[in-house]
Amino acid sequence: MPERLLCAVSDLSDKTAKICEVDGVEIGVIRHKGDIVAYKNVCPHQGGPVCEGLKMPQVCVELDDQQRALRQTFNEDELHFVCPWHGWEFKIATGEAVGDPKYKMKRYNVVERGGEVYVEV
Amino acid sequence: MSLTGNTMNYSSDNDPAIQEFNTSKLLKNARKQAEDRNYKDFFICDVDSHHYETEALPEILQYMDDPVMRHLGLSAGNVGRAGLIPQAIGSQDMAGRVTRYAGRNKEIVPEEPHRDITLARRWMDAMGTDMACLFPTPMLLLATHPQVEVEVAMARAYNRWLSERILEEDNRLVSMVYLPMNEPHEAEKMIDEFAEKKGVVGFLSTGYLKRPVHDSANMRIYAKLEEHGMPLGFHAAYHWADTSLAQLNKFISVHALGFSFCNIIHMTNWVMNGMPERFPKLKTMWIESGLAWVPFLMQRLDNEYMMRTSDAPLLKKKPSDYMREMYYSTQPMELVDNREALEVTFKMINAESQLLYSSDYPHWDMDLPSTIYDLPFLDEKAKRSILGGNAQKLFNLDPVMSEWKLEANAKG
Ligand code: FES
Repeated sequence: MPERLLCAVSDLSDKTAKICEVDGVEIGVIRHKGDIVAYKNVCPHQGGPVCEGLKMPQVCVELDDQQRALRQTFNEDELHFVCPWHGWEFKIATGEAVGDPKYKMKRYNVVERGGEVYVEV
Repeated sequence: MSLTGNTMNYSSDNDPAIQEFNTSKLLKNARKQAEDRNYKDFFICDVDSHHYETEALPEILQYMDDPVMRHLGLSAGNVGRAGLIPQAIGSQDMAGRVTRYAGRNKEIVPEEPHRDITLARRWMDAMGTDMACLFPTPMLLLATHPQVEVEVAMARAYNRWLSERILEEDNRLVSMVYLPMNEPHEAEKMIDEFAEKKGVVGFLSTGYLKRPVHDSANMRIYAKLEEHGMPLGFHAAYHWADTSLAQLNKFISVHALGFSFCNIIHMTNWVMNGMPERFPKLKTMWIESGLAWVPFLMQRLDNEYMMRTSDAPLLKKKPSDYMREMYYSTQPMELVDNREALEVTFKMINAESQLLYSSDYPHWDMDLPSTIYDLPFLDEKAKRSILGGNAQKLFNLDPVMSEWKLEANAKG
């Protein structure tokens, strides 16, 4: 598969996706749990710039032994891209929508070589 | 005690609460859709979009007749009270996740034209929208204000400000202006004052009302609208304190049900009390309740009507036959996994002539024109009608195309 240069490894952060353009298509690339992941910056919902949204942890509810809701918590092991247009959330690890995994961000294979990041297109 | 910031915004580099914000940039993918789909050949009119009138409150209050109320409004910076417009509880912005809420006041605009015109033009140009019907935001709940005299004074000041500062200044913006339905004789005066103003294409009833729409006190309002040939819009809103919604504990629940329920109540009263028979020339548009409620209500009302015609003696045909002659705005269109249901819905409401595209931008559940354009079961004629043609007819519009489309067309 042809590869395209995205950016230098040193450009990446684990906070904010770096938006790169390849053949007129924007790709968001971010460090996530030791990996580098890259997704098309177009949301499967209505096409918003999904990689540019906030990064938020999963929201959970703690129940007590009688199934009563105690409080809500953030689960920082599961981080999401939140699309800024309407708030659809996607797991950064897989690109799947939290509400229904059949909706997925388009993912690119990433190759790291010589201090640079390439995607297979 | 030292306070920490909101550490849960993990991508703080992108957080518009701290960054400059720009609508055109946020919507760059919408612009690409507009170009890819060749909207330059389409007239697109958005019949339900919004601004935040409270940002211009000091200007609006200059148009208020009552100096004491104006003073009250201008002093509303006091912590802990809402001033003249009720404040809704609820997290439209999803705790900051929908970034344009926090970003809004970080957006830089030129001094001229009015800020609201610049902001509107930015999102309109991005989406490929040529003309838009602009509505307020917090004032959608004004009808729930306990003091009806505040509702009337605020409505009049807002309508005057909107007419003079926005509609007079921009040919691409129009509005159905605020109608204080809770005070019928003032509503009548409002129709007389504004019906002939530039850019006024109708009048708007907002949210939950203090009296039902079929109340006898309202009949002169409807007669006057008919006289002026002005359509009446019912813009839904949620009202968490309404007893029917009070048991719902989540914003998602009250929002999902409240908007549709609001119009279900008004529509049921409207039809069962024979308003379409009493005012056959008055056109109504039902705004921001999505579409799924319409087939539901048609089926429920028809089924009961056939058994209980004596309960609704003014009707000369089935409830759904009246509903099919009314107008509906599209947003928020129920689009997830229900193509077939949507297609049936379009058939049931005669979408090709009765449905009008709306975005609700900048609110969180906005819809782009592609929500209509991309529907596989619509032919091009139907798309053109829903995206702009039906609005052009209903509002008697002189279509004004956006500059970028005119330029693109000139280039060929
Ligand atoms: S476009 Fe991404 S949530 Fe709608």
